[in-house]
Amino acid sequence: MSTSIIGAAVNRVDGPLKVSGKAQYAVDHTLENLAYGVGVASSVGNARVVRVDASEAERMPGVLAVLYHGNTPPLYRPAERLEHSRAGEIRPPFEDDQVYYYGQYVALAIAKTLEQATAAAEKVKVQYEVRKPAVLLSEAGKPEGPPRVHSSRGDAGGAYESAAVKIDETYTIPVEVHNPMEMHAAIAQWEGEKLTLYATTQGVLNYRKVLAEVMGVPLEDVRVISPFCGSGFGGKLFPWPESMLAALGAQHVKRPVRVQVPRSMMFTTVGHRPLTKQRMRLGATTDGKLVSIQHDVEQPTSMVDEYVEYCTGVTTMLYDCANVETRQDLVRLNVGTPTPMRGPGIVPGMFPLESAMDELAVKLNMDPIALRLKNYAETDPSANLPWSSKHLRECYQRGAEKFGWAKRNPKAGSMRQGDEILGWGMSTSTWHAGRGGATVRVRLNADGTARASCATQDIGTGTYTIFAQVVSEKTGIVLDKIQVVLGDSTLPPGPMSGGSTVTATVLPAIAKAADQAVQRLLEAAAMTPGSPFFTEDRANAPKLAMTSGWVHEADKPYNSGVPFDEILIARRLAALDGEATTEPDRAAQEHYSFHSFGAQFMEVAWDPGIARLRVTRALTVIDAGKIINKKAGTNQILGAVAMGIGMAMFEEAIYDPRTGKPINNNFADYLVATNADVPRLECDFIEYPDYYLNEYGARGIGEIGLAGVAPALTMAIYHATGVRVRTLPFRVEDAIGGERATIV
Amino acid sequence: MQEFRYRQAKTVESALRANGTYLAGGTTLVDLMKLNVLQPALVVDVNPLPLAQVEALPGGELKGGLRIGAMVRNSDLANHPAVKQNYTVLSEALLSGASPQLRNMATTGGNLLQKTRCYYYRDTNYACNKRQPGSGCPAIDGFNRIHAVLGGSAECVATHPSDMAVAMMALEATVHTQGPGGERAIALKDFYLLPGTTPEKENVLEPGELITHVTLPAPESGTRSHYLKLRDRAQYEFALASAAVVVRLHGRRMERVRIALGGVGTRPWRSAEAERSLEGREATAENFRKAADAAMKDAKPLKYNSFKVELAKKALVRALETAAQTEQRG
Repeated sequence: MSTSIIGAAVNRVDGPLKVSGKAQYAVDHTLENLAYGVGVASSVGNARVVRVDASEAERMPGVLAVLYHGNTPPLYRPAERLEHSRAGEIRPPFEDDQVYYYGQYVALAIAKTLEQATAAAEKVKVQYEVRKPAVLLSEAGKPEGPPRVHSSRGDAGGAYESAAVKIDETYTIPVEVHNPMEMHAAIAQWEGEKLTLYATTQGVLNYRKVLAEVMGVPLEDVRVISPFCGSGFGGKLFPWPESMLAALGAQHVKRPVRVQVPRSMMFTTVGHRPLTKQRMRLGATTDGKLVSIQHDVEQPTSMVDEYVEYCTGVTTMLYDCANVETRQDLVRLNVGTPTPMRGPGIVPGMFPLESAMDELAVKLNMDPIALRLKNYAETDPSANLPWSSKHLRECYQRGAEKFGWAKRNPKAGSMRQGDEILGWGMSTSTWHAGRGGATVRVRLNADGTARASCATQDIGTGTYTIFAQVVSEKTGIVLDKIQVVLGDSTLPPGPMSGGSTVTATVLPAIAKAADQAVQRLLEAAAMTPGSPFFTEDRANAPKLAMTSGWVHEADKPYNSGVPFDEILIARRLAALDGEATTEPDRAAQEHYSFHSFGAQFMEVAWDPGIARLRVTRALTVIDAGKIINKKAGTNQILGAVAMGIGMAMFEEAIYDPRTGKPINNNFADYLVATNADVPRLECDFIEYPDYYLNEYGARGIGEIGLAGVAPALTMAIYHATGVRVRTLPFRVEDAIGGERATIV
Repeated sequence: MQEFRYRQAKTVESALRANGTYLAGGTTLVDLMKLNVLQPALVVDVNPLPLAQVEALPGGELKGGLRIGAMVRNSDLANHPAVKQNYTVLSEALLSGASPQLRNMATTGGNLLQKTRCYYYRDTNYACNKRQPGSGCPAIDGFNRIHAVLGGSAECVATHPSDMAVAMMALEATVHTQGPGGERAIALKDFYLLPGTTPEKENVLEPGELITHVTLPAPESGTRSHYLKLRDRAQYEFALASAAVVVRLHGRRMERVRIALGGVGTRPWRSAEAERSLEGREATAENFRKAADAAMKDAKPLKYNSFKVELAKKALVRALETAAQTEQRG
């Protein structure tokens, strides 16, 4: 097989398993004697638990135990920075008698069936000493301690004061909730001192570490298995209480326990994108050169953790500007701990930055693309480093051509079409291109198949498939003869599925391991009696190669040789392994700045007669190096754009200040984009391989598709309606008048 | 969910005798039972009842009107040729509701009795006068963006969520029931109650009374109808405002107009004021706007739903414009 499998549009190798229902997700694992744990969630947002009365629940049929603070020995805390491990919340469940947020686990009922456990959980009576919760930004105290982020170059304040043109606006993004289709869940099973956790996770190794820490057992006694994950969007990077409660419960009742988070608790106990209130000040010359950027962020975290949503990083690198100052303050609210959500930091940071850029373009009467080109960063101004590879200019250009940007009449409300007014918007998009270390094992089997394994995981993005692609590229073995094994902490160490880093991280390790396996096979071919290539005269042995799964003399066609399994059979080997560990090129990391870029173009249709707004076109052009699998890559971008439509138009967790409850904690009331809200989406890749990052030139693409959607859409909304949406999501009352619910 | 007994009824009589809570499509009842909002001791499954027919009433063609069994599923009713052709507004309303999966389950009788989507009604940790009379209404001082601007009281401002009922209101449907006291026919306009001081009482049904079918009057020739639903997203969301209109035109003159609004009232909201302001007048944008103003004249918006007043007007104006332009059907 030729190398063209890299970059081809390849079907998911795990697709048949998924569509046939054979893929085993966390709660699909059937274990003998499985018991079910159902949580009792606090119905108040700030309280002390005075008493838990489980007497009735404990007497109910099938009930094995009811656990809560007071009848359960406390779990240990995760070591966090000390061990590079991370839990969703530093406070393990039931640690103390305090309720820090609505929906916190206050008890766990364990029974022989899910129904029995559910019924018992309802009968647990919790008496609270209730305090008023603080869930709105206005209810939080003053920022606590020093700013968590403060960066400055040049004199942003001074340059702003003397700038000819100024923008000073505040933008707000409400709490957004990940809500992957597969809810968080874990099954814990103890065999003696050894714990196995069947989880749905973006990081089997991090889950293993945290579980070992909180349960107080050696790392090698914990195994985490997660063959499939119904997505995470960042919400499953760090274990949340349900994993710990499953382990605790299983230890207590001495049988495996399953805990699945119900949809309502997906809004409270497993993280969210925090609310951010962001003031953006831009100063510019009359011809559009930025002279000052000041970006100030106020953001709530929970009562127990410090989670900083790093919105301001992107502000320091996106445009060429000598004077930039950023600052981020934290306040505390009675909400659960926020956690990374697809595109953390950059997605919420891009909304104010790109919105303010559009407001500046309007004020200058300048084309928004021209404004961005005027301030194009030829090098990374935040690090004073050249880019490893940047072709953003081409993204703007290709996007503008395909979208027909030249036909845009910049006057708001000017592009009428029947009852509707079209609005066009665009935004830059970006994401940092990371790479870490990984170890991969590739095995060539005597039955003619191959196997690749690594303790990373496929969270639905196509990781299984790229493993198979690289093994196929290196060996010529066809995809359906390559087994990929991921999602098990006993495998060679691999990366967490976060930050769009897995592809760039694992490709070199797969390639190197496959090369090594092939090398060993060729050695075996030359030194094994019975092999057609066996020779005593090693010095003059012909050079061998492996092509299309055949071993042959390198200068002859592959079918002059033999299928590779014949070599293994001749040597009576079951298999030959290659194993490789690769790390990023540290020198390159010091000399270049690694980022992906893109341009996103959106069209909305506004029907003022009925105040109806719909997204009608969405085009994304991405510069993310070489794309390994066109299908999976396109799918990542289009999925992110659909999510961005939700972010701009629908998504908002609404907290009741009286109780702390997100009152729209279900899929009927928390709106995300439906298929009917998503037009045909277009995605184009301009592929300039980034060889400073890895030998394939590939950068990750899981997040960049989301970064520019909300600002491009609110710009399009402004263009159609004349209304500037600075608080997401757009609401019809923004356009026709009416007070919006207070969130800040 | 609380423990309950379950029984299937094969005949209307046995259903009545069972004296329990009727289960039809289950899209409201089961949902609310899981939330402990409804806790029936006995659930009587009426799915086996022979009430799933849509048939023309005697009189030839549809001269006698249409009879819709209480167990006719929303999707079947929406796609029934007689409904699509002659009661367009009803088909459109049904298809705008919920999701295909829900419409395949939801029934005609059940949909008339659909419960509100009020956040506080659905959570037993909150007070709610509808769920627990006298306990209070957290919506009035709470997040009330989705609540009613028409027909509310100091005790309750929950909207009636049905789209189907709004269309039936404009079609002047009649609800037929059987109960301990025998059969009766109730004009839909008299079926729903305003919350007043008794928001727990949503309609005139007596305990144990069962909806057996709904009848629609014969479609008048020259009649055009339309349902328009406005909401944040395109699918699977209750109306923020909707309008059902049935108009009989003579040239450009509106001889007969029936108007009902959804998403804005504590019950499917028939607007006699808007109808009166249009009948006998020309179908013009100006007259439509006047009718919309008349329909919303008594609106009492809450803190977060004042936009609904204007949105409902827009829905009504556009629905009228659309109906007045529609080619005559049937």
